[in-house]
Amino acid sequence: MRIGAAKQSYAADEALFDSRTQRIWLGVLTVALVVLPFVASQYWLYLTCLVGINIIAATGLNILTGYTGQVSLGQAAFMGVGAYTVAVLDRTLGTPFFINLIAAGGIAMLVGMVVGIPSLRVKGLYLAIATIAASFILHFIFANWKSVTGGTAGLTVKPATLFGLALDSEFRFYWLMLPLTAVMVFGAANLFRTRIGRAFIAIRDRDISAEVLGISLLRYKLLSFAISSFYAGVAGGLWAYFFRSVTPESFPLLMSIFFLAAIIVGGMGTILGGILGAIFMTLVPEALKMVFGWLPNAAEMAVHLAPVRIIVFGILIVGFLVFEPHGLSEIWRRVRRFFHLWPFRT
Amino acid sequence: MSAAANPILEIDQITLAFGGVKALNGVSFEVAPGSITSVIGPNGAGKTSMFNTISGFYRPTSGHIRFLGEDITQRPAPQRAKLGLARSFQNIALFRGMTVLDNIKLGRHCHLHTGVFDALFYYGRARREEVRLRADIEERIIDFLEIDHIRNAPVAALSYGLQKRVEMARALAMQPKVLMLDEPVAGMNREETEDMARFILDVREEWGITILMVEHDMGMVMDLSDHVVVLNFGEVIADGTPAAVQGNPEVIRAYLGSGDVEELRRKLRGEVAT
Repeated sequence: MRIGAAKQSYAADEALFDSRTQRIWLGVLTVALVVLPFVASQYWLYLTCLVGINIIAATGLNILTGYTGQVSLGQAAFMGVGAYTVAVLDRTLGTPFFINLIAAGGIAMLVGMVVGIPSLRVKGLYLAIATIAASFILHFIFANWKSVTGGTAGLTVKPATLFGLALDSEFRFYWLMLPLTAVMVFGAANLFRTRIGRAFIAIRDRDISAEVLGISLLRYKLLSFAISSFYAGVAGGLWAYFFRSVTPESFPLLMSIFFLAAIIVGGMGTILGGILGAIFMTLVPEALKMVFGWLPNAAEMAVHLAPVRIIVFGILIVGFLVFEPHGLSEIWRRVRRFFHLWPFRT
Repeated sequence: MSAAANPILEIDQITLAFGGVKALNGVSFEVAPGSITSVIGPNGAGKTSMFNTISGFYRPTSGHIRFLGEDITQRPAPQRAKLGLARSFQNIALFRGMTVLDNIKLGRHCHLHTGVFDALFYYGRARREEVRLRADIEERIIDFLEIDHIRNAPVAALSYGLQKRVEMARALAMQPKVLMLDEPVAGMNREETEDMARFILDVREEWGITILMVEHDMGMVMDLSDHVVVLNFGEVIADGTPAAVQGNPEVIRAYLGSGDVEELRRKLRGEVAT
């Protein structure tokens, strides 16, 4: 049961985590995340790093699609821009990784703002098609601007180095990924406590009355594209340092759909939704692989089980759309409410 | 109250044409500072078109709108909001995905200064500004409109009357000089209507905000207004004090067409529910 939640000041009421229980659990989570790399196997660590990168990209897409209501299928292409920025800077200038990552975000942001221009005229599915077109154009540039991107062969990237230490293993990369993901997620959460985040939501809910309230649609739609693609660019830059090779095929359209699915399954327009969605979409296929591995005769059946796994994954996504359209974050909210009210009303 | 020498809002020969249809045809009237001015007229007379032109949705085909002496005809809607023009909508236009508090906070948008970097780190300026905004909204607006019990409720869960009140709160958060209310009591029961009427009067008294409203409830219009403008088929057919407008035969004809004139007079006086 939730008791003693009375606030003494407005600042306390506006806090991101407003109860002691929440802060305790946040502490537990932090400890767990710090301990994780020492106990997890290399394979699970690899997956965790991938989850972190996907959380950043999905959170970025959530700002644009979930909060501002601008459907985008260009997130993977923006990641590609970030990844190539890192690869090119790394090879030509050899600048330190954090400068490269900021540049990756910055260039992706500029590209994102250009791609966002049609959003001033078109909405919904039409905007989705416009962003698909943009992602095809970017893909074409990746594949054919050979002097910079290395064409279809792509580029290789040296591992990031921190204090002379090469972040070349999953264990070491984890310590770059974890704080960066945390900072990006908290940044997004903070954004929606201020006038900028509120303006985004206003545009999503009712763009016409948003304008009468003094919100310039031009400015805020482009700002949303900018922030979202900055996130994608940073995620792409991390991706480049993680896999250490970037090719045009690394960021297919399917990946953009993957992120869109992640925020739908996780919960559009909630920060938690982007996180849970990215975790779900990355880990459930692996979990299914594990479960199917426990079946008797799994080894012999492997050929048949692979497609079944994909079908089960698809059914899970459809199930979410049908039974919980507000996503995993809504389930989480319901569980929390149960504990807040327990033992009185359930 | 007659229009003062310096009207706060001046509508000058506004014509608004959609193709061949003239929604507004040479409409002129003035709103005196500190007054309650009502725009009335039968359905389709162009009242909401008038509002939409003033708030910047429609660009008039010809004519001028002057606000605080400045010609705002060419200004986009967000700039008009910043100058001090706030409005509510006929069909409620709250943001359904947000709580009551966030909806109200949104009203202050154009007077805040938080930039992207402040916002991402929620440190220093952003934090101070948010806390100050919260205090101001709590102490001046939420208290005033008596909606403290619903401040954290999602807007979609509220009754119609409360939603209207929240919309008014949002408009007040804009710190307007002129508050435009499009049918503030439409669809409300008698008690809610009386509450709203009291709030409208209090807004004028306590905050000194000039009010321009479109309303069908004749009783309320005649009781509250200092000045009434009657539109019919996009033209001003009468303009004056409530008493003068009530007696105007053209107004009566516009409302009734033909039939029992006395009955309609009573209706205009608000003795019979419309």
